[in-house]
Amino acid sequence: MFEPWLPFEWIVALRFLREGRLQTVFIMAGVAIGVGVIVFMSALLAGLQTNFIRRVLSAQAHIQLLPPKEVSRALRGGSGPELEAATVQPPLQRLKSIDQWQSVAEQIRAMSEVIVASPVAGGSALVLRGSTSRSISIIGIQPDLYFRIVNLDEKIVRGTTRLTGSDILIGIELASDLGLDVGDKLRVTTAHGGASALTITGIFDLGNKGVNTRSVFMALHTAQSLLGLPGGVTSLDVTVRDVYAAEGVAQRITAATGIEAESWIKTSAQFFAAISAQTTANTAIRFFVGLSVAFGIASVLVVVVVQKSREIGILRAMGISQGQILRVFLVQGGLLALGGATVGCAIGAGALVMWHSYARNADGTPLFPLVLDVKLFAVALMLAVLTGLLAAFAPALRAARLDPVVAIRG
Amino acid sequence: MVSLRGVFKAYNAGTPIETEVLHGIDLTLLRGDFCAVMGPSGSGKSTLLNIIGLLDRPTAGSVAVCGEQTTRLEDRALTRLRGHSIGFVFQYHHLITAFSALENVMMPMLGAAGFANEAMRARAAELIDSVGLRERQHNLAGNLSGGQQQRVAIARALAMNPALLLADEPTGNLDTHSADEVFALIRRFNQEHGTTVLFVTHNPALAARCDKTIQVIDGRVSA
Repeated sequence: MFEPWLPFEWIVALRFLREGRLQTVFIMAGVAIGVGVIVFMSALLAGLQTNFIRRVLSAQAHIQLLPPKEVSRALRGGSGPELEAATVQPPLQRLKSIDQWQSVAEQIRAMSEVIVASPVAGGSALVLRGSTSRSISIIGIQPDLYFRIVNLDEKIVRGTTRLTGSDILIGIELASDLGLDVGDKLRVTTAHGGASALTITGIFDLGNKGVNTRSVFMALHTAQSLLGLPGGVTSLDVTVRDVYAAEGVAQRITAATGIEAESWIKTSAQFFAAISAQTTANTAIRFFVGLSVAFGIASVLVVVVVQKSREIGILRAMGISQGQILRVFLVQGGLLALGGATVGCAIGAGALVMWHSYARNADGTPLFPLVLDVKLFAVALMLAVLTGLLAAFAPALRAARLDPVVAIRG
Repeated sequence: MVSLRGVFKAYNAGTPIETEVLHGIDLTLLRGDFCAVMGPSGSGKSTLLNIIGLLDRPTAGSVAVCGEQTTRLEDRALTRLRGHSIGFVFQYHHLITAFSALENVMMPMLGAAGFANEAMRARAAELIDSVGLRERQHNLAGNLSGGQQQRVAIARALAMNPALLLADEPTGNLDTHSADEVFALIRRFNQEHGTTVLFVTHNPALAARCDKTIQVIDGRVSA
């Protein structure tokens, strides 16, 4: 019997779907598979990309401000008619500090997109252990700020991240090369003439052999002293809330401060291009899967209109309007899409959980974080219903425009 | 109740294959009339019924139903008038197989009101009872015999208490006994409620039991 809260169109639509249940099940299965694929691929790609970006950006800043490069200017002679042929050689790039870096840092921190702006004094040096030496890159930091960019606490394999004036953190490869451990002393010298004996308080692994071999961390003022940069910094490292918006933020920083700011998107252009290409391919696949779902629904409803044409004629004869007939078929399209998409979301979620269980790194940890975003499922359901309604429109219009006399006569 | 003046109907009008089916029909039906419509196949009986039933429009002439001129009404208004004032019974019952007997009878009321209610159900049950199918009211339409299905179709046609009932060979597919039952039902509603009935039939015996007979021959009418 009819539910009093269900409108006429819904009653007829539901009953037509139930009557042709095999047809209904098949088309819903098709929709479910399509939506399941879309959900699975979207969540998988998002998880992999997030993981990849996290790994890449966990060891570097999103934006780096650098002092301007040295440029040569040709000295011209008088204003006579003689022409000069000059060869202008590019100058050596000396270690320079960012002018007024404290006020620049404050200006950057005031931007709503910025999370952290951390000063860094960096440069080349030599580390000596007995008769052995290695070239290194000094990174002088303020730990309370810098650790919010690169969380060295998570990367420490031995010791701590304590960095007072005489402390140093070294990479696991450098420690292995020189036979060093926590508590050992290390002599660091620079081309500027600075020299210092520092105590190893921690050994880190940043996941990159080159970085683990060359990079060392020390307190900012220790690095400034070694590099001959009293009170100066060679870069400002910045993290932003939206990593994909880093390039735009960098351009705004440059415009506001006059200092060149490079985002990870620019410096890792190839990596970013690969991510973009992956996203584009995924979008194309989702579009065509969605299109095939739409055509599936439309083709089934075209068949239903033909099957039900006599009944549509009778309904029209008994006073049912064209608008009501149109809505009966639109509701069918929407319900097929909604039902199929609901099952599809469950299939997609199940596939993700299974993939997450089986796809593991060599050390047994998951390949990527499993994030079942409710927003993804909500958007998938909404888009599916919209697709179903659009797909149903042409068959619904055809049903509404059937001539009752012709339809009844068959 | 029904008035046709100078009604012509042509198919493919204005083309080389134009076919005129009705030629200048003048016809008047009064409230309570019970008329048989007879004529050879292809004479235009069904076309006449479709025009009176507002399922089709005449090529020329005027059609008034229940006092309302219909020739210039738009489709929505025609549909509404048809739903409230005219009931149809066809040769093939044309019940909606997805619904039960009772639900089929409720369908015109549900379509008009938009939502179901208890009054609708009660009226449908009363009509189902009056056609002798109370025990089968919850059977799906496809699970009834031909005669039973036709009785449900009659009940459905009367659901909105129409002033006019158009029956296009409703007994054409039934055995003699069922045909008599169906005819008797329609006759009863005509007598009890004053419903005007146009009853298309090839059966002279049934036609003789009507109040008058309209002959349709080659698209022309003689009463």
